[in-house]
Amino acid sequence: MTLKQKGISRRQLLAGSVAAGAAFVVGAGFVAAPTAAWAMEVSHLQPATMATLIQMARDIYPHDHVADEYYAAAVKGYDTAEAAPGIEAGITALDAAARGKGHPSYLGTGWERDRVDILRGMEESAFFQAIRGGLVTGLYNQKAVWPLFGYEGESYSKGGYIDRGFNDINWI
Amino acid sequence: MTAPFELTDDSVVVVIGTGAGGGVLANELAQKGVSVVALEAGGRYLPEDYVNDEWESFGQLAWLDKRTTSGDWRVARDFSGLPAWIVKAVGGTTTHWAGASLRFQPHEFKTKTTYGNVQGANLLDWPIDLAEMEPWYEKAEAKLGVTRTGDRAGLPGNNNFKVLEAGAKALGYKEVHTGRMAINSADYDDRLACQQTGFCFQGCKWGAKWSAAYTDIPRGEATGNLEVRERAHVLKIEHDASGKVTGVLYADKDGNQHLQNARIVCVAGNSIESPRLLLNSASAMFPDGLANSSGQVGRNYMRHMTGSVYAVFDKPVRMWRGTTMAGIVQDEARHDPSRGFVGGYELETLALGLPFMAAFLDPGGWGREFTTALDSYENMAGMWIVGEDMPQETNRITLNHDALDQYGLPAPNVHFDDHPNDVAMRAHAYRQGIAIYEAVGATRTFPTPPYPSTHNLGTNRMSENPRDGVVNRWGQTHDIANLFVSDGSQFTTGAAENPTLTIVALAIRQADHIAGQMSQGTL
Repeated sequence: MTLKQKGISRRQLLAGSVAAGAAFVVGAGFVAAPTAAWAMEVSHLQPATMATLIQMARDIYPHDHVADEYYAAAVKGYDTAEAAPGIEAGITALDAAARGKGHPSYLGTGWERDRVDILRGMEESAFFQAIRGGLVTGLYNQKAVWPLFGYEGESYSKGGYIDRGFNDINWI
Repeated sequence: MTAPFELTDDSVVVVIGTGAGGGVLANELAQKGVSVVALEAGGRYLPEDYVNDEWESFGQLAWLDKRTTSGDWRVARDFSGLPAWIVKAVGGTTTHWAGASLRFQPHEFKTKTTYGNVQGANLLDWPIDLAEMEPWYEKAEAKLGVTRTGDRAGLPGNNNFKVLEAGAKALGYKEVHTGRMAINSADYDDRLACQQTGFCFQGCKWGAKWSAAYTDIPRGEATGNLEVRERAHVLKIEHDASGKVTGVLYADKDGNQHLQNARIVCVAGNSIESPRLLLNSASAMFPDGLANSSGQVGRNYMRHMTGSVYAVFDKPVRMWRGTTMAGIVQDEARHDPSRGFVGGYELETLALGLPFMAAFLDPGGWGREFTTALDSYENMAGMWIVGEDMPQETNRITLNHDALDQYGLPAPNVHFDDHPNDVAMRAHAYRQGIAIYEAVGATRTFPTPPYPSTHNLGTNRMSENPRDGVVNRWGQTHDIANLFVSDGSQFTTGAAENPTLTIVALAIRQADHIAGQMSQGTL
């Protein structure tokens, strides 16, 4: 959801938030992009927890041409009363693992390779596997993500590709 | 038009399952005037219902009842509850299949004779041969409208095929074409020509691909001799004191149980459910399950030696456009032990949409090695490897008494270990597949592991000698004269070819036999 849709100005957003790592700002009940391009309300998770989860999602399936809001959408489903305790515990463990490697927190770990190193250390955990497994559909099954990969989805409504390039490559 | 038969009507043939085996058998019997009740566990979906969205379609069509896995195959690790990707619907997996329709090669009916003793393999010759099957293959090809058979033209090649073809020809392969496909290249049999829409696996919304769901099933029903009961899940086959089967117990959509009497019962629930049903039908008289005096029920489970090769190029391919599997290289299908394995394999075009590519390219994979592959999704080409795997007695369907299904019955456990021959063949196929793509400029290739099984074969195998298998040359169980098996579980060995055409040919032939025996009064 964009800030415009939420009725919050960028000024209001930044006034009520603190930076969480480089990519996010968090405030009371929300996570947002520093650019204010998007913001997400959270009801059950701590905003900082959601920010960390979004970063973790990107680090598991990093696509530089896919904006954070799609990763945020992929993990938004964990913001429920049922899921929140497990996520808070998992992110607490993730931050502890980051501190164990000399970083202030997971979000405070500057280089992707260092964050990936932290994730490799917990790759077999149920928490990591649940987040990774959920992302396979949570991220890649978002129809809004498909065009970013060139994938066109269904074509039946357009009459298939028989007249629309099923055999159109000419470099072979 | 349906033909409601009474539960107490013991003159009917009961067919369990309505896919390539059961759906065809039911129609063929109905056309001959035989009264048939077909019991289908799934619901009825037609082209207007199919969804061209991979996960949504999967939720609509896939068989997702409780199943467990074991063995060294990677599916047991990556998809432990989903050993097979097959369909629960009227028409069965003919909604999902890709349409590749190849006859067996002559030697593939005689593997014991041709391959000799292969350690650890439970090879056996089929009691039938290609010459006997040829007229039935011809009928099956006409029914399915298989391209490049009869006077039917081939399909046009899509982008994915153009890449495969150029690479294969650069390597010197000769038998490279757009396949023999049960997908219309021109309007045929009241079905449209292919519109190159993709999503062949999700059910063809044009009806250009043959499926029993909208051909054999309604045509059988139109005779007045076939009643299809959908959402009717068979739990047990009953028998009398003489050992003849007398009917089947099934649960309807509300879970209420009914007993349908029968003169003959034909089991066509696929190679996981068919043996499971025979095993779950154990009785005081048949403590090891029905038709299991050989001990072979559930054994020799085959899934074809499979795998995929995807490749990334520096230019777009857009492999998802057009017919999914209309492209084949057949040169490696021959038996040539100099390659280090017996039997052979086919290479066939394959495309997955982005959602399934993410799930299947490297299950469990993550990080940039994985995501940079998907970043090049638009520039990706793909092929599927399908080859003959070795029957092994220990690859088998058993009842898992620790895992119960929604009816409280033991779920099937699917155990599979690769045979060394399978491993050698897969390694060879990966090398050749990679070489094909590198020959036309691939910048990166992916030898992708097998998906959950779509070809499930061999668990009630056909044998000349009752000691060696479950059914005879007609699919009739050796032990019980009025109990037949009508699906791919009859396969004695798997051959290199996609199995549906052979399942259909056997079903047409079996219908002819059953109707003949009934009219002679011997059944």
